[in-house]
Amino acid sequence: MKKINKIGVLTLVLAMILSVLLSGCSQESKPSTNEQASKPATEEKIKVAFVYVGPVGDFGYTYAQDQGRKYLESQMKNVETTFVENVPETADAERVFTDLAQKGNKIIIGTSYGYMDYMVNVSKKFPDVVFEHCSGYKTTDNLGTYFNRDYQARYLTGMVAGKYTKSNVLGFLAPFGTPEVIRNIDAFTLGAQSINPKVQVKVVWTNSWNDPATEKTAANSLIDAGADVLAMHVDSPTFAQTAQDRGVLAVGHDSDMSKFAPNSILVGDVSNWGPYFVQVVKEVMDKTWKPTQYFGGIKDGGIIDITPFSDKVDKDFQATVNAKKQDIMNGKFDPFSGPIYDQSGTLKVKDGDKAPDDVLLSINWFVKGVSGSIPKS
Amino acid sequence: MDLNYIIAILAAGVVAGTPILYASLGEVIAERSGILNLGVEGMMLVGAVSAFYVGTYTDNKWLGLLVALIAGGLMALIHAVITIVFRASQVASGLALTIFGTGLSAYLGRGLVGIPPTSTFKAVAVPLFSQIPIIGDIFFKQDIMVYLSVILVVILWFVFYKTKIGLLLRAAGENPSAVDALGHNIFFVRYAAVIVGGMLAGAGGAYLSLAYSPSWIENMSAGRGWIAVALVIFAVWDPARALLGAWLFGIIASLGLHLQALGVMIPSNFLQMLPYVFTFVVLVFTTRETKNRRSGTPAALGIPYSREER
Repeated sequence: MKKINKIGVLTLVLAMILSVLLSGCSQESKPSTNEQASKPATEEKIKVAFVYVGPVGDFGYTYAQDQGRKYLESQMKNVETTFVENVPETADAERVFTDLAQKGNKIIIGTSYGYMDYMVNVSKKFPDVVFEHCSGYKTTDNLGTYFNRDYQARYLTGMVAGKYTKSNVLGFLAPFGTPEVIRNIDAFTLGAQSINPKVQVKVVWTNSWNDPATEKTAANSLIDAGADVLAMHVDSPTFAQTAQDRGVLAVGHDSDMSKFAPNSILVGDVSNWGPYFVQVVKEVMDKTWKPTQYFGGIKDGGIIDITPFSDKVDKDFQATVNAKKQDIMNGKFDPFSGPIYDQSGTLKVKDGDKAPDDVLLSINWFVKGVSGSIPKS
Repeated sequence: MDLNYIIAILAAGVVAGTPILYASLGEVIAERSGILNLGVEGMMLVGAVSAFYVGTYTDNKWLGLLVALIAGGLMALIHAVITIVFRASQVASGLALTIFGTGLSAYLGRGLVGIPPTSTFKAVAVPLFSQIPIIGDIFFKQDIMVYLSVILVVILWFVFYKTKIGLLLRAAGENPSAVDALGHNIFFVRYAAVIVGGMLAGAGGAYLSLAYSPSWIENMSAGRGWIAVALVIFAVWDPARALLGAWLFGIIASLGLHLQALGVMIPSNFLQMLPYVFTFVVLVFTTRETKNRRSGTPAALGIPYSREER
């Protein structure tokens, strides 16, 4: 009896470790269905629902999307919004989307890439409901996609990083090798090289969107390897705190992170989804909405932009970056303008060309000057 | 790779191992008394969130740590009541505790995400010792919780093997009816061990949120509680070996990230996997070792004690 019990315990411990491994130490995937509805409708209100992959308090990606939802509510009086957070990118998502459609939501917005096929399925079942999917590439008669040209802001923050590195080594903390992440690293590198051709960008993968402790060690490893300006595409501001502790600089992402590391943060990029949500709702009300693949840039009402500069960035250089931003806005310049070579030296974008959107949305190669290899999935 | 880089890898490894060390030591104590607690991950998370909350709002990291100890202890008390009084399955109760702790910490921490910490444990060089070449750079330029963890290992080792309390604790896990027959309160011993174990898991959480990466983010322990449970087996329920295991684990994790930064052409997924492979390997080896020597594993581990069934 004793023996069986002991073996059982050991097996269970092993099984648990295995299950943690298999889930890649990922976020708890419990859909919390605390849909928070605003006050009951006094008049006929249009109901808009949001589905988030993470918690609204992640201070990163989901937080930014939820700021957009709040903006929508503040701008349009006859809109009622609800949201469901922590919805995993599994068949569970299909259930959540179906449920929201049955509850009379007229517009349903899914903010994570992995919802794509589930949204396609549900949109076909509810032809009267408008669906908007962030970062995907599939559309139907009533499913459109939206995303922002994050790389435009990344290029600009890369310029700042390139200007302020003394070691000519920049460090980048990356979660996974998705096109979004790779595009950001490439744009950052191109921006830095435009100011300082000798710049090298070292990439360390943390294999998680959200593991501050690993991010800390990763940031330290980059600094130990000579990086003196850090950037990242994960969720927490740990890298900036580490940079400040070690006396190096940092460039923020997704929100203004200067309060975490006032002595280190030079500038950052920030997403602002609200105006696009307002536009979608207005189009639906006017019955002019069509499923499009919206890919908004800096010129489109700040859907992507950079934060104010810190005092460390001198005024002349701020003007240089702002001039480049102006060029991007009026179409005179594109960050992915040729000639662009990949790590192996192969010409990827010819002189005079620029990378088309479908290349940007599926990019799987690093530009020359990036040190590190992309994990194969 | 020059010497300074190797020193940096090792120093970062000690830091990476420290939260796991605290949690492992706690689990060693609980399991020595015969109670398996798989709720370490949940207790760590509750410890992390309460430490960050109190530390940030009172501007006092020590108060934060104290509250984390209490919170971890209270979480463990739930497990103790369920497994000691109601004699429920320790495995099921522990798993439930992890799930509960994960949810509870996320709920408590809703307003804490994105708030900068005000009071954190920062690296303090130990006078003289930090001047020792290499060793000083690796071990004596750390934060105070790292030093405390080493002192704790020494204290626990002493208590385990040199005091009557330690003897009682070990006996509770080996032969509870003998402890009972000698007139000692077996239930009290087990309660105390489980609660102290939870307090140390709470300290491991506090280390994450006040020293390692000062901030609160949902699920920030990211599986470290489970690693701690596994390390207890590697440690053969011995505090000194727990220290060895935790640091080894931390150094391997640190090595993977540092090799990436050097641009070593090893797939990053592989390097990230190394600490877990290490865990598996030591599990296999130590399980064999303990079977052969018939030592280590507390004989009554996981078995509820009941006077009637004596």
